[in-house]
Amino acid sequence: MKKLSSKIYFIIIMAFLYLPIIYLIAYSFNDGKTSVWKGFTLKWYTALFNDAQIMNSLYNTLIIAVLASVIATILGTAAAIGIYNFKGGVRSAIQNVSNFPIINPEIVTGVSLMLLFTFAGVMMGFEMGFWTVLLAHIGFCTPYVILNVTPRIRQMDPALYEAALDLGCSPVQAFFKVVLHELMPGIFSGFLISFTYSLDDFVITYFTRGSRFQTLPVQIYTMTHQRINPKANALSALLFIVIIAVLIISNLASRRKSKEAAR
Amino acid sequence: MKSKRPAIPYLGWMLVFTIVPLLMVIYFAFTDERGQFSLEPFKNASVYSEVFLYSLGIALISTVICLVLAYPLAYSVSRCSQRAQSTIIMLLMVPMWMNFLLRIYAWVLILQNYGPLDMILNLFGVDVTLIGNSGAVIVGMVYEFLPFMILPIHAVMTKIEPSLIEAAQDLGCNGFHVFTKVIFPLSVPGVISGVTMVFVPTASTFLVAQYLGGTQFMIGDVIERVFQSDHNTGSAIAVVLMIVILGFLVVMNRFGDKEAVAG
Repeated sequence: MKKLSSKIYFIIIMAFLYLPIIYLIAYSFNDGKTSVWKGFTLKWYTALFNDAQIMNSLYNTLIIAVLASVIATILGTAAAIGIYNFKGGVRSAIQNVSNFPIINPEIVTGVSLMLLFTFAGVMMGFEMGFWTVLLAHIGFCTPYVILNVTPRIRQMDPALYEAALDLGCSPVQAFFKVVLHELMPGIFSGFLISFTYSLDDFVITYFTRGSRFQTLPVQIYTMTHQRINPKANALSALLFIVIIAVLIISNLASRRKSKEAAR
Repeated sequence: MKSKRPAIPYLGWMLVFTIVPLLMVIYFAFTDERGQFSLEPFKNASVYSEVFLYSLGIALISTVICLVLAYPLAYSVSRCSQRAQSTIIMLLMVPMWMNFLLRIYAWVLILQNYGPLDMILNLFGVDVTLIGNSGAVIVGMVYEFLPFMILPIHAVMTKIEPSLIEAAQDLGCNGFHVFTKVIFPLSVPGVISGVTMVFVPTASTFLVAQYLGGTQFMIGDVIERVFQSDHNTGSAIAVVLMIVILGFLVVMNRFGDKEAVAG
């Protein structure tokens, strides 16, 4: 960016992206509920931490994200390997169905799962809640795992697996020692994408959670829908700090990795 | 490694959690409340055709604004040093990681009556209501999805060889012709994926209009509302939305392929 005009333009776009977040965070310290500044306070943070409902929904969000991303990673990695061994038209048909939850509007996926769970619930006598949310999250995470693992399978030299067998590995050993190691970068990025998508999902959770189960995004919805709630500002500040911390840590880790690779 | 068997659990999964829910939505869309075949749901859904067109209009305007804002930025970022680029890309991605409802809530705080922007405008004697109209919804959409337009365009721009631009200049192109003959045609794939990534979620999103748009809902909000009482009509609207979005994706795909062949 050599020209002054493009520098100014860049700053304007950054201001547009960041000022709302900064404003949100600044007003978490405001002693008062309106946009008039009434003095510094930390009371919204205390209120946030003392709110058992919010803490409970944070706990739910983390449990769902961990379980959904781990299960989706296992299911998706196995599926990617199996699907790769189908040929031509059948393979692309399977891949199209698999990608459907990604391209379909989220709200349609949400209501269609709601119909399924309501119907199955009446048949089998259960209500929507933890389990239906978990199933729904596994459902929208797994396609991303498959999309990340498949290119690694394509790149892998099939001779590696055969070499492991020739050197005395059983097929199971060859899989865990050689194949899994080769696919790891894809598996790991699929896992990370699943984890963050699950943490942040609102729409599909909203339709599959039933009447009592709360996750953090749903909690944020109840806190901010048609009202002003400074606790939501405090929550934004904390989330923002977590995001920045995660980014800095991952950046440092990848920098160290590339330094090691350079050696 | 040659076995198709690892895919079996996921094939079963897709049947239960992707195909069956989809068939259920279609089934409900074509039956009345007694389960008899009927086109009544679509007739009821036609009441919302204006909301539907309004949503597509909002999506179109938001997409165009995102494109106009993103294109020059993506171009100037792609001319930066490698190191500066990765920092800038990270800066663009941080707001995306923030929960989407909190980002919309930030704009509720900013645009509300007696909020900061309202006060500033009042100082200059401008008295307008900033919230509760289509303009506020578009601002929210652009804020939400602008990075989704910048990132894919930037990604293709970085692949344009500087030598191509130099060659065009050597052959007598002025700045304008370098842009129209070289840079723009080569960036079309990025523009197409950016347009897709902004238009699809904007058209089908829900809650943004409920937070910023006052009484004018979008089609996603209508699906949620209608579903609470009438699964048949709700399903019919969902089917129409799905067909429109999938049709849009097919058209964009075709367009992209043609461009790739022509390029």
